Amino acid sequence: MSADTSATGESAAEDVDLAALRTRVDELEDQLAEVDVDAGDDQRTMTIIATKGSLDMAYPPLILASTAAAFGWDVVVFHTFWGLDVLHEEKSENLKLSAVGNPSMPMPNALAALPGMDALATRMMRKKIDDNGTASIQELIDVSLESGVDLQACQMTMELMDYDDDDMIDGVTTQVGAATALEHMADADVQLMI
Amino acid sequence: MSTEHDVTTTLDVKGQSCPMPVVKTRQQVDDLAPGDVLEVLATDSGSVSDIAGWANSTDDVELLGQEEGADVYTHYVRKVE
Repeated sequence: MSADTSATGESAAEDVDLAALRTRVDELEDQLAEVDVDAGDDQRTMTIIATKGSLDMAYPPLILASTAAAFGWDVVVFHTFWGLDVLHEEKSENLKLSAVGNPSMPMPNALAALPGMDALATRMMRKKIDDNGTASIQELIDVSLESGVDLQACQMTMELMDYDDDDMIDGVTTQVGAATALEHMADADVQLMI
Repeated sequence: MSTEHDVTTTLDVKGQSCPMPVVKTRQQVDDLAPGDVLEVLATDSGSVSDIAGWANSTDDVELLGQEEGADVYTHYVRKVE
């Protein structure tokens, strides 16, 4: 193999490579421009999946949602299973605290399982909530809706629990499923399951 | 009360706890014009950190100051833009 032939061959190959490289650079620049546009959108979003319907567990999703809305975030809270009760017009006002299986309760499980103990624990909790100036679940739902939080009720669980759209608090989004929640979660900065 | 800030409106959230001081402050700021100063009166000790954190990551507000009184925390927030 002579030195001349080799040099010519390499030069031709370099020309081809260079053309391919230029095309690739153009492609990457286009992609970068798109990424910059996305990054320029500083609208933060949060999706919370709320699955619990006890008085204590109804709080965290609503507190985070209303606060995030105050930060200007786009917030969706997708309520499923017992979480639906939080959005149920009647049940929402009568959420209960379970005395059983809660290690933070100042009573042994054997005692907590006695009839009336859940009601007692719930009454005590409600009194503490009042005394502390902690917002009620209704207040948190109201401010959340006022500030643009999308409170969604899972359609499948609504049917499972025999709830109608009319049973739910006004302003709640119904007729939505897992795909709707996932679509929002995929783009969300914060995703929580509570 | 401080006189160093030219207060436009006062929001009283005394007796309310997290997240209400921040949530109500946000709602009140929505009703203000740029340049207006909101005075927030709170008894929630967490409101000092919460309102500062909220103001820090919210574009259209600026925290002018916070004062810790005997029973009341006073926050001054200006609407910008």
